[in-house]
Amino acid sequence: MSVLLIAEHNNKELRPFTLNAVTAASQIDQDVHALIIGNNSEEAQKALSALPLVKKVISVEAAHYENFTAENFAPVVVKLSANYSHIVSSANTFGKNLMPRIAAILDTSQISDITKVISSDTFLRPIYAGNAFATVKSNDSKKCITIRPTSFDACESSGGSAPIEKAEGAEEFIQTKFIKREEVKSDRPELGTARIVVSGGRGMQSGDNFKLIADVADKLGAAIGASRAAVDAGYITNDHQVGQTGKVVVPDLYIAVGISGAIQHLAGMKESKVIVAINKDGEAPIFSVADYGLEADLFEALPQFLEELNKLNTIQK
Amino acid sequence: MKILVAVKRVIDYNVQIRVKEDESGVVTDNVKMSTNPPDDNAVEEAVKIKESGKATEIIAVTIGEEKAQETVRKALAVGADRGIHVKADGILEPLMVSKLLQKIVDKEKPDLVLMGKQAIDDDCNQTGQMLSALLNWPQATFASKIDVKDNKLEVVREVDEGLETIEINLPAVVTCDLRLNEPRYASLPNIMKAKKKTIDLLSASDLGVDISPRIQQIKVEEPPKRKAGIKVANVAELVQKLKNEAKVI
Repeated sequence: MSVLLIAEHNNKELRPFTLNAVTAASQIDQDVHALIIGNNSEEAQKALSALPLVKKVISVEAAHYENFTAENFAPVVVKLSANYSHIVSSANTFGKNLMPRIAAILDTSQISDITKVISSDTFLRPIYAGNAFATVKSNDSKKCITIRPTSFDACESSGGSAPIEKAEGAEEFIQTKFIKREEVKSDRPELGTARIVVSGGRGMQSGDNFKLIADVADKLGAAIGASRAAVDAGYITNDHQVGQTGKVVVPDLYIAVGISGAIQHLAGMKESKVIVAINKDGEAPIFSVADYGLEADLFEALPQFLEELNKLNTIQK
Repeated sequence: MKILVAVKRVIDYNVQIRVKEDESGVVTDNVKMSTNPPDDNAVEEAVKIKESGKATEIIAVTIGEEKAQETVRKALAVGADRGIHVKADGILEPLMVSKLLQKIVDKEKPDLVLMGKQAIDDDCNQTGQMLSALLNWPQATFASKIDVKDNKLEVVREVDEGLETIEINLPAVVTCDLRLNEPRYASLPNIMKAKKKTIDLLSASDLGVDISPRIQQIKVEEPPKRKAGIKVANVAELVQKLKNEAKVI
């Protein structure tokens, strides 16, 4: 039994959730091989080889792997899959896009978004936006699994020196053409891995008002999140969305501001260690999951919050 | 262009999910059911493409129990031309759904297949990708904008880092994000008219697909409950609690 882990990267460095996926893979079986498909991805290959839990790195390089198109990646993984019992990647948009394409070609029923490895064929996964958890057993001989990155710790990132082997790619899939990627650059921590997240909802009333959130987030060294309502209203870009169809976050501290707490939003944040809700509607469902609830007008509370934070001598970062 | 739209019947998104006491699943008896929300976006997009003169026919397909037909009826009421209902009971895994859809595609030969990016019941997020793999067609997942250009689509995809734009040749499979459009409501006259539109009834065995599950559902449990929190009186108290009690700032 060996596990093939599909690394997510940007050709220069590993994307952070690759480390969580390696941890999950190693809980299925110790013999974890990491596959990196890319173009001029030497730096990322080295980073992968340095992960102590990875026993071998397989590198596949070609110009048509530059942009991570699932139609190009899937045949490569399928070709290499013969020696593996499990194929694993993160259940973020990278893995969600890619893994089902691999599973279908292998005629395997994929198990998505697992939060726990119970045994090599049995896993725990949330269903209905995390309102229920299903224990499921795969009866396929080869298992295709995506893991919920926030449910597994990041693995150790240095000290290893796994050999890097080269493997052949597959033909280019020419029916799909990458045009562009608009990445939102930010100096703030990444939403998915931030220790503190400050999120705004429809109660923010405008995109400009998100500055109040940004000020507090910057003071705390936090990432900025948003409810779907705030994204739909155009207050903030989609990469900030937390929830069933957005990102799942599990920070030490989640501050929900002007968010009513629809079950679809709770699905993305209710595992956070400490939850704060600031909302003027005392009946808002967000208070049912909050450790600390403040019933207040956010337009008064946020500036006060910043002021109180400024009074503190130290703030953990 | 001919468009096939796949719709799924799920527990309505507003319903508070309850787990059965015997841990065999969630309670579905006497629970409000609706079309999976992003599937409504897929139907809406198909209708918009047809309204723009770029599509000639929309076929709505569902796979599921008897009552799943309601989702096709709803699609017909907002503008689909005819329907297909593949009758199948019990839990259907996305792999089996995509195999059934592949058979429908072989028969109907659509240029474009649209569906929601994820069903809000099993949250699998697999069917569209699997279908496009089985057909060896291009896929555009998590679409928040679709531009039809001759025999191509330009699609904006919502990805973790932001937005990605790709161009795919038809035929193709596109899975729709909730932000793709604002689904319309069916008018009463259109609901009446939809009753006259045809829905072909098929079964999995008619299509020659083995739908027996590969995944065994051992049990379904409630999520761990959070312990009740407290309300704080003011911002100063909140900051003090976060600093000294929760020790997170």
